[in-house]
Amino acid sequence: MTNSFGEFADAKTIMVIGSNMTEAHPVAASFIKNAVTKGAELIVVDPRRHRLVDFATTHIPLKVGSDIAFLNGLMHVLIEENIYNKEFVSSFCAGFDELKAKVKTYTPEYSSTICGIDPEIIRQLARRLAAAQPAMVCYTLGITEHTCGKNNVMSVANLQMLLGNLGKPYAGVNPLRGQNNVQGACDMGALPNVFPGYQAVTNPDMRLKFETAWKVKNLPDKVGLMIPQMMDGLVNKKVRGFYIFGENLANTEPDIKKVEHELASAEFLVCQDIFPTETTRFAHVVLPAAAWSENDGTFANSERRVSRVRTATAPPGLAMPNWWIFKQIAKRFGQNWEADSAQDLWDNEISKLAPNIGGIKYSRIEKNGLQWPCPTEDHPGTPFLHKEGRFTSGLGKFNPVDWTPPAEVPDEEYPFVLSTGRRLYHYHTRTQTGRCEGLNGLLGEETADISPEDATMLGIADKEMIKVASRRGEVIVKANVTQEVPKGLVWMAFHFRENNANWLTNPAFDPDTLTAEYKACAVKLSRIC
Amino acid sequence: MDMVKLTIDGKEVLSQMNNTILQAAQGAGIKIPTLCYHERLNPIGSCRLCVVEIEGYDNPVTSCTTPVAEGISVKTNSDRLFRMRQEVLKLLLVNHPLDCPICDKAGVCALQDLVFEYKVTNAEYLAPKKKQDSLYATSLIRYWPDRCILCLRCVTACNEIKGVRALSVINEEGAQRLSVDQEKCVSCGECLQVCPTGALTENLSPIKGRSWNVKKVPTTCTYCGCGCQLELNVFDNQIVGVTCKDDAGINRGSLCVKGRFGYEFISNDQRLTKPLIKKNGVFHEAGWEEALTLVAEKFSKIRKENGSDAIGGLTSARCTNEDNYLFQKFMRGVIGTNNLDHCARL
Ligand code: SF4
Ligand code: SF4
Ligand code: SF4
Ligand code: FES
Repeated sequence: MTNSFGEFADAKTIMVIGSNMTEAHPVAASFIKNAVTKGAELIVVDPRRHRLVDFATTHIPLKVGSDIAFLNGLMHVLIEENIYNKEFVSSFCAGFDELKAKVKTYTPEYSSTICGIDPEIIRQLARRLAAAQPAMVCYTLGITEHTCGKNNVMSVANLQMLLGNLGKPYAGVNPLRGQNNVQGACDMGALPNVFPGYQAVTNPDMRLKFETAWKVKNLPDKVGLMIPQMMDGLVNKKVRGFYIFGENLANTEPDIKKVEHELASAEFLVCQDIFPTETTRFAHVVLPAAAWSENDGTFANSERRVSRVRTATAPPGLAMPNWWIFKQIAKRFGQNWEADSAQDLWDNEISKLAPNIGGIKYSRIEKNGLQWPCPTEDHPGTPFLHKEGRFTSGLGKFNPVDWTPPAEVPDEEYPFVLSTGRRLYHYHTRTQTGRCEGLNGLLGEETADISPEDATMLGIADKEMIKVASRRGEVIVKANVTQEVPKGLVWMAFHFRENNANWLTNPAFDPDTLTAEYKACAVKLSRIC
Repeated sequence: MDMVKLTIDGKEVLSQMNNTILQAAQGAGIKIPTLCYHERLNPIGSCRLCVVEIEGYDNPVTSCTTPVAEGISVKTNSDRLFRMRQEVLKLLLVNHPLDCPICDKAGVCALQDLVFEYKVTNAEYLAPKKKQDSLYATSLIRYWPDRCILCLRCVTACNEIKGVRALSVINEEGAQRLSVDQEKCVSCGECLQVCPTGALTENLSPIKGRSWNVKKVPTTCTYCGCGCQLELNVFDNQIVGVTCKDDAGINRGSLCVKGRFGYEFISNDQRLTKPLIKKNGVFHEAGWEEALTLVAEKFSKIRKENGSDAIGGLTSARCTNEDNYLFQKFMRGVIGTNNLDHCARL
């Protein structure tokens, strides 16, 4: 997020796009409700009429996967009516002419044919956004989990730059991170192209820096493989050894049958986890790890805040903290890692190597966390980025993009769109929440959410078991007939194994980020009795 | 912001104009007893414990709802105020059983502390004619109508903080009690968090520690990217509950259902407790030495035969920065590959 959660409750205008916040980020959603109570305008852009819509001034029920058409439509109006933030654009942005040329064709009328929103509503909304600056835009995986995910993100950024909604409070481009430490994992260089602190592995100076710090030679200089590429590698034997640490790929990746085939093809698979999972079944060695509350460390939340995690209880049996396990294996390769506690590691190694977080030390985050960039120990942390239009690379660059449809769209045989996500009472594949009796008691099974119109058309009764099938698989699941879902859409989660949406989802990926299109594939529904 | 000057207990106090007398007093380090007031909520004004006297006015006022004014002189303690507060507490105890020995809240109960402080020893308890039993909307919270002092903190928190509006007060056979809308309640436990008495208790952990035996370990929630701050309540190496400090983190005391009630997995008996090695398709328990040596040998062999890039690793967005750092250090610095990713896109 460019901005902070602390700003939500006092924001004046908030646009939430592709984010079912009340279920996936409940506490953040409550701040937005607080803002609405104080008079803020809330615009919810989402195919579903989820609970946050109850608080919205405007709901834009666009079609699944049409975000760019809609956003380009807004920008078309802003430029055509000359109501964009000219001062911001001329002082801090580059590439305006290209943007202008690109969105020229996206008249509200044309956008409307793709996103299904009335042209007049697009016009009015653009005018309101222009009048309302600053406005915050928040999004989640409804934006990123598309084959055009990266372009979706750029579109949101284009809009906010055009409105001048960056570099100040109550504004910004704010992706809410799905998992507790996605931000931190990226910050720590858990990616194929960067060291900790986003320092490129292809840069010889950076390699030298880490070679010196780690006392090793010849760090690899080539960008590595991403998840889907490694999974392919398991099958074509380019990847022979695979180490999965704390992930349940067998349920989280699109097209479970394909994933399981890939995992089963692994020549040597190591899994490090706290429970046996669908994925550990394929392992050759399983290493038992200490859980969240049995380990010291830090997490970085969506607003770049590094906060402490502390040991509360001892791990069961022989389970050991992750750091201990990694250190022991490294030792067997002849490397002796010095750091002997999370604090030692952070204070004396990590924070010294990643300039962005150089000023964050355990002693400073005892009570509350600190938000990076925080380069020095007297730096107070950074609640919002790009202050006064200062972008990392000089000017903020517009990246005009065209709308592209999802990889698989409904047809005669598979006439419904399946979109997926999370529900309030569970988390991902339920490795943890499925072992919480209290939470299971609140939600014990998966449902396929469908609209009353479609239910009537197909003669499906509420709570009846139905079959949902895609080109990749089929599941039997309980129908949940709800007004939240528009006609033509089926919505499911990936919490439960038997009727996990990922038996159905399409392993089509964004070409750059290789994020899977969890939000759109084609399915058919049928009664089973 | 405009400031006003007033006197509280003879002390000159400077306060923002839109403050209440209670806030001005708190700002000056003067303590006024309260029950229904809560920093995170708009003043409720239901308990009348926070009464103070203002010079020149006959009747005491509730300080949590009365704004400051220039030049007023406030008294927070007098025999009359003491008696009034004692009276309030006595009235509460008429309907509130002194079942402190079996109450989860014993030791951290605002009512218990006040009754002790105001030396209320002779309260007459009128047991309800009929045993009041009422189910809460969520199985995770238990409501004890007898203990409820109807301060309305819970109702206000559910409305103001969560915007859920699941709670209301109803009249039943002459007695008032809470009513929860099953459809609306999302089991977040905000009501539980703000209840000053034992009228709402956590109904999940089979083991309960007394408040003074429970260790509270502050940490960051393990679920979503909000990063809420919470306190794990630990008793006998087990997590027996989750609480929250009002002033910590982005969440300021607020949590959702997963953060507050999603801790049971830690002590689940399916936890992996020993390294496992698969032989002929079946897992066998092993010691660390054997398992780690096997991992190192296999990876070395593959690397020797096909180079470092024949090995890949996936790390976890669920684990700490430190663990993620070490995993990438291992893949890059030990194995020698950048084939390294995590589930960022999920
Ligand atoms: S349940 Fe607790 S917070 Fe709610 S009215 Fe009763 S005593 Fe007050
Ligand atoms: S658990 Fe949450 S939603 Fe339910 S009544 Fe309490 S505060 Fe309201
Ligand atoms: S308490 Fe709920 S909202 Fe807060 S971090 Fe945990 S899961 Fe997210
Ligand atoms: S604290 Fe003021 S009336 Fe309850």
